[in-house]
Order: sequence, then structure tokens, then C-alpha cells
Amino acid sequence: MSEFRMPSLGTDMEAGTLIEWKVKPGDRVKRGDIIADVETDKGIIEVEVFEDGVIDQILVAPDTTVPVGTALAVIRTLGAPAGPSAELPVAERSSIAAEPQVQPRLEAGRPAIQPPPVAPPMAAPARRLRASPLARKLAAELGVDLRNVQGTGPDGAIERADVERAAAAMKAAEKPTAAPVSPPSAAPPAEVKPAAPDFQARMRRAIAAAMARSNREIPHYYLETRIDMSRALRWLEAENQKRSIKERLLPVVLLIKAVARALGDVPDLNGYWIDDRLQLQEAIHIGFAIALRQGGLVIPAIHHADLKSLDELMAVLHDVIPRVRAGRLRSSEVADATITVTNLGDLGVEVVYGVIYPPQVALVGLGKITEQPWAENGMLGIRPILTATLAADHRATDGHRGGQFLESLNRHLQEPAKL
Amino acid sequence: MSDGTAMVKLTYREAMREAIREAMQRDERVFLMGEDVGRYGGCFAVSKGLLQEFGPERIRDTPLSESTFVGAGIGAAMGGMRPIVEIMTVNFSLLAADQILNNAATILHMSGGQFNIPLVIRMATGGGRQVAAQHSHCLEGWYAHIPGLKVVTPATIEDARGMLWTALEDPDPVLIFENVTLYGMAGELAADAGPTDIDCARVHRSGRDVTIITYSASLFKALEAAETLAADGIDVEVIDLRTLRPLDEATFLASVAKTHRAVIVDEGWRSGSIAAEISARIMEGAFFDLDCPVERICSAEVPMPYAKHLEQAALPQAETIVATVKRMVRSHV
Repeated sequence: MSEFRMPSLGTDMEAGTLIEWKVKPGDRVKRGDIIADVETDKGIIEVEVFEDGVIDQILVAPDTTVPVGTALAVIRTLGAPAGPSAELPVAERSSIAAEPQVQPRLEAGRPAIQPPPVAPPMAAPARRLRASPLARKLAAELGVDLRNVQGTGPDGAIERADVERAAAAMKAAEKPTAAPVSPPSAAPPAEVKPAAPDFQARMRRAIAAAMARSNREIPHYYLETRIDMSRALRWLEAENQKRSIKERLLPVVLLIKAVARALGDVPDLNGYWIDDRLQLQEAIHIGFAIALRQGGLVIPAIHHADLKSLDELMAVLHDVIPRVRAGRLRSSEVADATITVTNLGDLGVEVVYGVIYPPQVALVGLGKITEQPWAENGMLGIRPILTATLAADHRATDGHRGGQFLESLNRHLQEPAKL
Repeated sequence: MSDGTAMVKLTYREAMREAIREAMQRDERVFLMGEDVGRYGGCFAVSKGLLQEFGPERIRDTPLSESTFVGAGIGAAMGGMRPIVEIMTVNFSLLAADQILNNAATILHMSGGQFNIPLVIRMATGGGRQVAAQHSHCLEGWYAHIPGLKVVTPATIEDARGMLWTALEDPDPVLIFENVTLYGMAGELAADAGPTDIDCARVHRSGRDVTIITYSASLFKALEAAETLAADGIDVEVIDLRTLRPLDEATFLASVAKTHRAVIVDEGWRSGSIAAEISARIMEGAFFDLDCPVERICSAEVPMPYAKHLEQAALPQAETIVATVKRMVRSHV
């Protein structure tokens, strides 16, 4: 039995609105299935499930806004017995029971005074767990769920010793074969009334928050280089002549692939700045900025861009761009990017000075490919030139590293057949 | 103390006098000036006998004008001397606050790094002697606010003997705060005891359950409390800060990381105190090691009462420390 929770679809997401369930109790699901639509400031996201099993219970009704981490459904993992509903009382743990049964309690011998109406549970915010910082840290390390720990500190605060006791009890409980399912949390999640569906304004606010944070916290440095695209474009033209119109490649996939390759050469730019240190990411997920016609932008992640062929990258773009414009992205696509690529060449912009999307540490800007005079080997010619820029976080890397990246990007674009 | 070292018995006052005497002997540029330091032998008898030994050129009585003689000390320091200026008590240092803050602490900066001020100012501080509000202030935490100064608070006889020379060696102004209740404290010191550092806090007593961070006279209240608590099975670590500026935060952060609980005992008033600063540093540097909120035991925020029982009630006391620590560790020892 496990809980399917409201996912965090970005570092700035605090709550999401469950829009629609794609499954109902009894349905079988497997890892990767889209089981719900969730609306966030970034749009409606299709949320995937990460395990195989059967939907046991739905805990949150559509059009309910709940904080990140709130249990949305209970999934019975395959092989586990169907849980008796008493084991996981719905009303106790979720906000789905919007209309609690308000029944005046009549006690024997007392005049039947009408008790004051009980406020619906949505009005009561969930009480924050009182736990010391050390207790929280220790609980995370030991895998102890603080909601199941009895605090003995002031006002019932959970302290280190309480966590240690709970961990010891957990260890002891693991030994018997029929391990009891840990009791569900008693505290109902705080329910937030869905905000007015002013999606545009919310997206603007989300972008504002991220960009303001970026400019406030990230000491950007910028590097730019001009890249001769003649070899790449010649190769692309020859390649496209062999293909049907549907299968043709756009120059941008070459650029995305070259960026991914360059990140393989200079991995320091592929990661996050969190807790005052650079946390390198092994997988290269390129966030590709896509502007929306009505304003705003969405940055879906192209997963493992370095491992995908040009055809696969093209397929990803064909798949993802219409979905972005329709506001239907998958949860893993909006949260995973390890670097961002902004291509404003379509608009005729020649040089892009980007603002890094925190906690990423770099943004690659691509301008329009324009014909320009180009001197090489003592000869002047006209070449298609692309200006590529790097905006990078100076806390994480220095200009030398950034320069190596642009140099590597150029090198890969000079050998398009190898991309 | 190591075996084979001859020990001498002396008071804090005598240790301080020995420190001045040694400095005068070692360096001709050193001289002492202040109110009544010469013929009277110092208000707290620290400089008794030094006028006879070193003469009126080097042991100088000054007029009752703190601003004037601190300013003169600054000028002498700029001119190449190594003055020790005694301000009778911290209460009167406020008359020289302009010289201390605007000149001593600032001239190095204002002169673009041309003039260091190798000045040492000694002053008595603290309450507990029934001399009423205007003579009982404990303001070393105030001075610790000021960049450009070093603020040291010798609590032990060893530090009373050792900190002065190191302070004189420092190229910039150092303020030495001597708690008035310590002058009569007697103890043993190695006969060959010499200078001590003025940058490090010292772990006086090692323990695992809670860290008491303190300085100056409160150190002994903390140690007394630690003894009492040990009888109840509570193992207390006691840190003497020794220097309030710059703060040796590495030492107390390491201790808090070990014990997970911190109490600060500070004779200053609580609001805006050095205790507040230490608490903030713990929050910044050891938040995830804390198992309960940092506690502070400071003086009551009142003008110091004259009546003995009220004065004692206003000052931090060992019993308060014991009660606070017990509340913090209550169920988890």
C-alpha cells in the first residue's frame, strides 16, 4: 500500500489543484501511466505514477487545491492484499469529505442545547509539526516519519531522543514477517480554496518570482561566441534531401544535441546550486524554452538529450511543443531540467543574454543564423553565423569553464555528422 | 598545570599588576596613565607600587577627564608609544566614547591604512558590589559591536596575567574589561606564566549534554552550576569566550554540534546583547544541530538596584543556570 502524493513540479511550487482523475478505484496502473491532471502556475500538468499497482482509494476530489506532498490516492502495490477501508479511513486523512456530518451530540442528563456549528475542517489549517531542527534532520536520515513520532519536549515538541526511540521501534517492528502498515497521518492536509483561474497572471507571477530570485541571488557572467554554421547547415541540407518532408530535421535539433554533447565535455554547467554548493547532475535534461502565444513561457525538459539521436530529439519536439501550447505537460517534464536553452533566432534576435532559471547554473542563448562576412585562412567569405551565448552562475563556475563550454559547442557543430 | 612547574598564589589584581610590570620592563614605549593610577595606586589598587618602581614619567596620573586622556593615549600610540590607558570603570568610559569609537577604532580606516593605533584601554566593569545603577554597568557587549576594536574579557588569573602583553603587541586598539568582582579572587599560577592568546575561546569544562557559553565573572557561576548539575547526572560543557570581538565562533559552534543545546550566560542586558549575537551565530551556523531553542541568561533589564538582594536578583546566578539547563535537558539525559 502506498500513497500517491501531490508532486512538486518545480522548486517554487507550494500547492496544486487536482483537475481530473484519469483512473478510478480498482484500475490497474503501471509505472509511467498518466493518472491525473494537476494545475499549477505553469499550466495543467499530466502527472505520472511511479509504481505498478491498483488504485485503492481516491482521496482528493477534482477541483481541490492541496499542498505539495498531500496524499491524493492510495495505490495497492501488486501482491499486497486489498486494504480494509478501516485501515485507511478516508475522512480522517483527506479533505475529500468536504461536508462533515455535523450532528449535535446529546449527552444523557444534559439539556439539549444546540452546540455551536462546527466549522468545516477546511477552515482549520494543519498544525505544523513541532520538531527540533536536529530531530528533523535525524528523522530524514533514519527514514522516520515525524507524523508518527510522539514528542516529549515542550508542548509536545519532537526532540532527538523521540526520533531515536521511534527509529528503534521501527527497526524492531521490521523483524516480524507481517510488517504492519504504518498508521496514516491523523492530521488532515490543509485545504486551500482554488484560486480564480487567472492562469496567465499566475504564470506571470511564477516567472516573476523565479527571475527576480535569479537576478537577486545569482551572480551571472556572460560569454558569447560566433559559430560558423556552414558545415552544419550543409550537412543538414544533404541529410534532409534524403528524407520525406515529415522526417526532416530542423537546425534547432543539431543545436540541442551539440549543447548536450558540450555539457558532456564540460559537466560543471549541468547541475543545481543548492545549499551553497554546486550539485552536479549526471543526466543531461535540457530545458527548452517555449514561448506561449498568449504570453509567458514554459520550459519542458528534454530528457537525456545527450543519449537521444537527432531523430528522437525531433520526435520529442514534435510531441512536446503542441502539448506545451495546449498546456498539457507531464510532471517529469516540468521539474527535471538541468540547464536551459533559449532560442530566439526565429524572431531575428541575434544575441540572447539569458537569465538563469534557479537552481540551474547556466542558460544557453541561441540567436538567429545570419549571413555575415567571415575571414578564415586569409580569405573573406560569407558564412551563416550563429551567435551562441552562455549565461552562467559565477558561484558555480568561472569564465574559463564557460569558455570551454562554448568552444566545445562550436567544435561539435563543426562535425555535424557525429552528432 | 604541568608537573615540576613552581606555582605561586596570587589574586587577579596582582596578576594584572604583574602583567603591567612585565610590559613596562620589556618595552620602554609602554606607559600607564589614568585617574589615580600613580600616587593612589589605582582605584582598585592594580597599579599599587608601580609609581615608586617606574617613576612619574611612566606611571601618570591624569585629570578627571576621560575624553582628554583617552585622546592623549591615542595620540601617543600614533606617535610610536604603547600606552596602557586605565579608565576607572566602564561607566565613565562613556565620556570617552567619542575618542574610542570615532578615533581609536576608526583612524586606521580614515587614514587609508597609514596610522595604526596600538593602544590598550583597561577598565573595570560589572555590578554586584552595591554601588548602584550609575556605577554597575556591564557594557563590554556594546564595545564588541564596533569594528576596529578588539574586546577581551579575562576571567581567570591566567588571562589577567597573560592577555595584556598580547594586547600591547596588537597593532590596533584593544579594550580589556576587568570585572570588579574578580580583583580579589585568589588562585594559583605558574611562576613562569607568560602571555596568552587573545583570539580563542576556551573550553573550561568538557561535557556532552549542554553547552554554556559565557565570559568574564559569569564563568564562575557557570562552573558552579555545572558542578551542581553533574550531581544530577547532567554533563555540562562550559566555554569561556575570553574575547568578545572577534568572536571565536568555531569553538562554540563545534561544541553546540556536539551537545545540541546551548545556554548563554551574559551579565549584559539581554536586548541587543552579545548573547543575542552569539544566539544568532548559532542559528546561522548550527541550526540543524539544535535540539531545543538557544536560551539566554542575562541581567534583568533594569537600572541596577542598590539593595543587595535586588541587585543579586538582577544579575545572572548559578541557580538560574541550573534551573534553565534542567528544563532544557529534562527528559533526555
